[in-house]
Amino acid sequence: MVPISYYAALSAVLFTIGVIGVLVRRNPLVIFMSIELMLNAANLAFVAFGRSRGVADGQVIALFVMTVAAAEVAVGLAIIVAIFRARYRISVDDLSLMRW
Amino acid sequence: MEWVVFLIVAACAIASAVGLVVRPNPLHGALFLIGNLFCVAVLYLMLRAEFLALAQVIVYAGAIMVLFIFAIMLLIPGRAEAGPDPLGPQRMLALPFAALLGLAVVIVLPHAATRAPAPMAPVGAQTLGQLLFTDYLFPFEVISVLLLAALVGALALAKRRAG
Repeated sequence: MVPISYYAALSAVLFTIGVIGVLVRRNPLVIFMSIELMLNAANLAFVAFGRSRGVADGQVIALFVMTVAAAEVAVGLAIIVAIFRARYRISVDDLSLMRW
Repeated sequence: MEWVVFLIVAACAIASAVGLVVRPNPLHGALFLIGNLFCVAVLYLMLRAEFLALAQVIVYAGAIMVLFIFAIMLLIPGRAEAGPDPLGPQRMLALPFAALLGLAVVIVLPHAATRAPAPMAPVGAQTLGQLLFTDYLFPFEVISVLLLAALVGALALAKRRAG
Protein backbone atom coordinates (compact mmCIF):
# COMPACT_ATOMS: atom_id res chain seq x y z
CA MET A 1 0.00 0.00 0.00
CA VAL A 2 0.98 3.65 -0.30
CA PRO A 3 3.14 4.75 2.69
CA ILE A 4 1.57 7.24 5.08
CA SER A 5 4.43 9.69 4.49
CA TYR A 6 3.14 10.23 0.94
CA TYR A 7 -0.24 11.28 2.29
CA ALA A 8 1.55 13.59 4.75
CA ALA A 9 3.58 15.13 1.92
CA LEU A 10 0.45 15.68 -0.16
CA SER A 11 -1.24 17.31 2.82
CA ALA A 12 1.78 19.61 3.28
CA VAL A 13 1.68 20.61 -0.40
CA LEU A 14 -2.05 21.39 -0.26
CA PHE A 15 -1.54 23.42 2.93
CA THR A 16 1.20 25.47 1.27
CA ILE A 17 -0.98 26.19 -1.75
CA GLY A 18 -3.66 27.40 0.67
CA VAL A 19 -1.12 29.68 2.37
CA ILE A 20 -0.15 31.14 -1.01
CA GLY A 21 -3.84 31.77 -1.78
CA VAL A 22 -4.34 33.62 1.51
CA LEU A 23 -1.23 35.76 1.00
CA VAL A 24 -1.56 36.59 -2.69
CA ARG A 25 -5.27 36.97 -3.44
CA ARG A 26 -7.30 40.11 -2.70
CA ASN A 27 -10.86 38.80 -2.89
CA PRO A 28 -12.01 37.85 0.64
CA LEU A 29 -14.13 35.01 -0.74
CA VAL A 30 -11.11 33.43 -2.42
CA ILE A 31 -9.11 33.95 0.79
CA PHE A 32 -11.85 32.11 2.68
CA MET A 33 -11.76 29.25 0.20
CA SER A 34 -7.98 29.06 0.60
CA ILE A 35 -8.50 28.77 4.36
CA GLU A 36 -10.88 25.89 3.69
CA LEU A 37 -8.12 24.32 1.61
CA MET A 38 -5.71 24.61 4.54
CA LEU A 39 -8.22 23.11 6.99
CA ASN A 40 -8.83 20.29 4.54
CA ALA A 41 -5.10 19.60 4.27
CA ALA A 42 -4.86 19.46 8.06
CA ASN A 43 -7.78 17.00 8.08
CA LEU A 44 -5.96 14.81 5.59
CA ALA A 45 -2.89 14.79 7.85
CA PHE A 46 -5.06 13.89 10.88
CA VAL A 47 -6.67 10.96 9.08
CA ALA A 48 -3.35 9.77 7.63
CA PHE A 49 -1.58 9.78 11.01
CA GLY A 50 -4.57 8.08 12.61
CA ARG A 51 -4.31 5.43 9.92
CA SER A 52 -0.61 4.94 10.60
CA ARG A 53 -1.43 4.19 14.25
CA GLY A 54 -4.47 2.10 13.41
CA VAL A 55 -6.89 4.18 15.51
CA ALA A 56 -9.98 6.17 14.58
CA ASP A 57 -9.21 9.17 16.82
CA GLY A 58 -7.78 11.17 13.94
CA GLN A 59 -11.06 10.83 12.09
CA VAL A 60 -12.99 12.13 15.11
CA ILE A 61 -10.74 15.21 15.21
CA ALA A 62 -11.23 15.66 11.46
CA LEU A 63 -14.97 15.59 12.06
CA PHE A 64 -14.56 18.33 14.68
CA VAL A 65 -12.46 20.40 12.28
CA MET A 66 -15.19 20.04 9.65
CA THR A 67 -17.76 21.38 12.14
CA VAL A 68 -15.55 24.31 13.10
CA ALA A 69 -15.06 25.08 9.39
CA ALA A 70 -18.83 25.15 8.89
CA ALA A 71 -19.28 27.57 11.80
CA GLU A 72 -16.41 29.72 10.55
CA VAL A 73 -17.84 29.91 7.04
CA ALA A 74 -21.30 30.88 8.32
CA VAL A 75 -19.98 33.76 10.45
CA GLY A 76 -17.31 34.83 7.94
CA LEU A 77 -19.67 35.02 5.01
CA ALA A 78 -22.14 36.98 7.13
CA ILE A 79 -19.36 39.47 7.92
CA ILE A 80 -18.41 39.75 4.23
CA VAL A 81 -22.03 40.35 3.25
CA ALA A 82 -22.36 43.01 5.96
CA ILE A 83 -19.17 44.75 4.75
CA PHE A 84 -20.36 44.64 1.15
CA ARG A 85 -23.67 46.15 2.20
CA ALA A 86 -21.87 49.08 3.82
CA ARG A 87 -19.20 49.69 1.17
CA TYR A 88 -20.41 48.14 -2.10
CA ARG A 89 -17.02 46.73 -3.01
CA ILE A 90 -14.97 44.06 -1.41
CA SER A 91 -11.24 43.92 -1.38
CA VAL A 92 -9.36 43.09 1.79
CA ASP A 93 -7.01 46.02 1.21
CA ASP A 94 -9.89 48.49 1.64
CA LEU A 95 -10.47 47.28 5.15
CA SER A 96 -7.45 48.93 6.74
CA LEU A 97 -9.36 51.29 9.05
CA MET A 98 -8.20 49.59 12.26
CA ARG A 99 -4.66 48.97 11.07
CA TRP A 100 -1.91 51.27 12.33
CA MET B 1 -3.36 -0.51 -8.33
CA GLU B 2 -3.51 1.54 -5.14
CA TRP B 3 -0.46 3.46 -6.29
CA VAL B 4 -2.12 4.35 -9.60
CA VAL B 5 -5.25 5.62 -7.84
CA PHE B 6 -3.18 7.58 -5.31
CA LEU B 7 -1.02 9.25 -7.95
CA ILE B 8 -4.00 10.23 -10.13
CA VAL B 9 -6.04 11.55 -7.20
CA ALA B 10 -3.06 13.40 -5.70
CA ALA B 11 -2.33 15.04 -9.06
CA CYS B 12 -5.99 16.07 -9.38
CA ALA B 13 -6.00 17.47 -5.82
CA ILE B 14 -2.88 19.57 -6.38
CA ALA B 15 -4.07 20.76 -9.80
CA SER B 16 -7.47 21.83 -8.46
CA ALA B 17 -5.84 23.59 -5.48
CA VAL B 18 -3.57 25.51 -7.86
CA GLY B 19 -6.63 26.32 -9.97
CA LEU B 20 -8.36 27.81 -6.93
CA VAL B 21 -5.42 30.13 -6.27
CA VAL B 22 -4.73 31.05 -9.89
CA ARG B 23 -8.16 31.65 -11.45
CA PRO B 24 -9.32 35.28 -11.10
CA ASN B 25 -13.02 34.39 -11.06
CA PRO B 26 -14.12 33.29 -7.55
CA LEU B 27 -16.85 31.09 -9.02
CA HIS B 28 -14.26 29.04 -10.92
CA GLY B 29 -12.29 28.89 -7.70
CA ALA B 30 -15.30 27.47 -5.88
CA LEU B 31 -15.70 24.75 -8.51
CA PHE B 32 -11.99 23.91 -8.25
CA LEU B 33 -12.33 23.69 -4.48
CA ILE B 34 -15.26 21.27 -4.85
CA GLY B 35 -13.06 19.12 -7.09
CA ASN B 36 -10.30 19.24 -4.49
CA LEU B 37 -12.71 18.19 -1.73
CA PHE B 38 -13.84 15.21 -3.82
CA CYS B 39 -10.22 14.17 -4.38
CA VAL B 40 -9.54 14.32 -0.62
CA ALA B 41 -12.71 12.26 -0.03
CA VAL B 42 -11.26 9.55 -2.29
CA LEU B 43 -8.04 9.68 -0.25
CA TYR B 44 -10.13 9.27 2.93
CA LEU B 45 -11.64 6.13 1.42
CA MET B 46 -8.13 4.80 0.76
CA LEU B 47 -7.25 5.58 4.40
CA ARG B 48 -10.18 3.47 5.69
CA ALA B 49 -12.25 6.51 6.68
CA GLU B 50 -15.51 5.65 4.99
CA PHE B 51 -17.87 7.70 7.14
CA LEU B 52 -15.58 10.71 6.96
CA ALA B 53 -15.43 10.46 3.15
CA LEU B 54 -19.23 10.54 2.97
CA ALA B 55 -19.39 13.42 5.47
CA GLN B 56 -16.79 15.26 3.40
CA VAL B 57 -18.87 14.99 0.24
CA ILE B 58 -22.20 15.81 1.92
CA VAL B 59 -21.15 18.46 4.45
CA TYR B 60 -18.15 20.08 2.77
CA ALA B 61 -18.73 19.71 -0.95
CA GLY B 62 -22.48 19.93 -0.43
CA ALA B 63 -23.50 22.31 2.32
CA ILE B 64 -20.46 24.55 2.88
CA MET B 65 -19.71 25.06 -0.80
CA VAL B 66 -23.36 25.86 -1.52
CA LEU B 67 -23.01 28.61 1.11
CA PHE B 68 -19.89 29.88 -0.67
CA ILE B 69 -21.50 29.90 -4.09
CA PHE B 70 -24.56 31.59 -2.62
CA ALA B 71 -22.36 34.37 -1.22
CA ILE B 72 -20.42 34.71 -4.50
CA MET B 73 -23.62 35.00 -6.50
CA LEU B 74 -25.06 37.46 -3.99
CA LEU B 75 -22.04 39.75 -3.85
CA ILE B 76 -20.07 39.85 -7.05
CA PRO B 77 -21.57 37.98 -9.96
CA GLY B 78 -18.40 36.84 -11.65
CA ARG B 79 -16.49 40.04 -11.01
CA ALA B 80 -12.76 39.51 -10.80
CA GLU B 81 -10.25 41.47 -8.77
CA ALA B 82 -9.95 44.79 -10.55
CA GLY B 83 -8.15 48.08 -10.13
CA PRO B 84 -4.56 48.81 -9.22
CA ASP B 85 -3.01 46.68 -6.54
CA PRO B 86 -2.44 48.91 -3.48
CA LEU B 87 0.35 46.64 -2.27
CA GLY B 88 2.00 46.38 -5.67
CA PRO B 89 5.07 44.21 -6.14
CA GLN B 90 5.29 43.81 -2.37
CA ARG B 91 2.60 41.14 -2.65
CA MET B 92 4.85 38.89 -4.70
CA LEU B 93 7.16 38.78 -1.69
CA ALA B 94 4.64 36.30 -0.32
CA LEU B 95 5.70 33.63 -2.82
CA PRO B 96 9.28 33.03 -1.60
CA PHE B 97 8.16 33.02 2.03
CA ALA B 98 5.33 30.60 1.26
CA ALA B 99 7.80 28.42 -0.63
CA LEU B 100 10.07 28.47 2.43
CA LEU B 101 7.21 27.40 4.67
CA GLY B 102 6.17 24.74 2.16
CA LEU B 103 9.72 23.39 2.01
CA ALA B 104 9.85 23.14 5.80
CA VAL B 105 6.47 21.41 6.08
CA VAL B 106 7.09 19.02 3.19
CA ILE B 107 10.43 17.97 4.67
CA VAL B 108 9.30 17.68 8.30
CA LEU B 109 5.77 16.25 8.11
CA PRO B 110 6.48 12.95 6.26
CA HIS B 111 9.21 12.17 8.80
CA ALA B 112 6.55 11.91 11.49
CA ALA B 113 5.05 8.87 9.76
CA THR B 114 7.91 6.44 9.53
CA ARG B 115 6.32 3.36 11.06
CA ALA B 116 4.42 0.91 8.87
CA PRO B 117 0.65 1.35 9.23
CA ALA B 118 -1.15 -1.16 11.42
CA PRO B 119 -3.90 -3.25 9.83
CA MET B 120 -7.21 -1.47 10.24
CA ALA B 121 -10.83 -2.21 9.43
CA PRO B 122 -12.85 0.49 7.63
CA VAL B 123 -14.21 2.98 10.18
CA GLY B 124 -17.94 3.42 9.88
CA ALA B 125 -20.51 5.44 11.79
CA GLN B 126 -20.61 2.98 14.69
CA THR B 127 -16.95 3.30 15.69
CA LEU B 128 -16.96 7.07 15.26
CA GLY B 129 -20.19 7.42 17.25
CA GLN B 130 -18.84 5.33 20.10
CA LEU B 131 -15.69 7.47 20.23
CA LEU B 132 -17.73 10.68 20.04
CA PHE B 133 -19.92 9.77 22.98
CA THR B 134 -17.21 8.29 25.21
CA ASP B 135 -13.70 9.68 24.82
CA TYR B 136 -14.68 12.86 23.02
CA LEU B 137 -17.89 13.71 24.83
CA PHE B 138 -16.69 17.07 26.18
CA PRO B 139 -15.33 18.39 22.85
CA PHE B 140 -18.55 17.19 21.26
CA GLU B 141 -20.63 19.31 23.65
CA VAL B 142 -18.31 22.31 23.18
CA ILE B 143 -18.67 21.99 19.41
CA SER B 144 -22.46 21.96 19.72
CA VAL B 145 -22.34 25.21 21.74
CA LEU B 146 -19.95 26.66 19.12
CA LEU B 147 -22.39 25.83 16.33
CA LEU B 148 -25.20 27.50 18.25
CA ALA B 149 -23.04 30.59 18.79
CA ALA B 150 -22.17 30.70 15.08
CA LEU B 151 -25.84 30.41 14.19
CA VAL B 152 -26.83 33.31 16.45
CA GLY B 153 -23.82 35.37 15.33
CA ALA B 154 -24.57 34.92 11.63
CA LEU B 155 -28.21 35.87 12.21
CA ALA B 156 -27.24 38.97 14.19
CA LEU B 157 -24.76 40.04 11.49
CA ALA B 158 -27.10 39.45 8.58
CA LYS B 159 -30.08 41.17 10.13
CA ARG B 160 -30.83 44.61 8.76
CA ARG B 161 -30.61 47.30 11.40
CA ALA B 162 -33.89 49.13 11.91
CA GLY B 163 -33.66 52.75 10.81
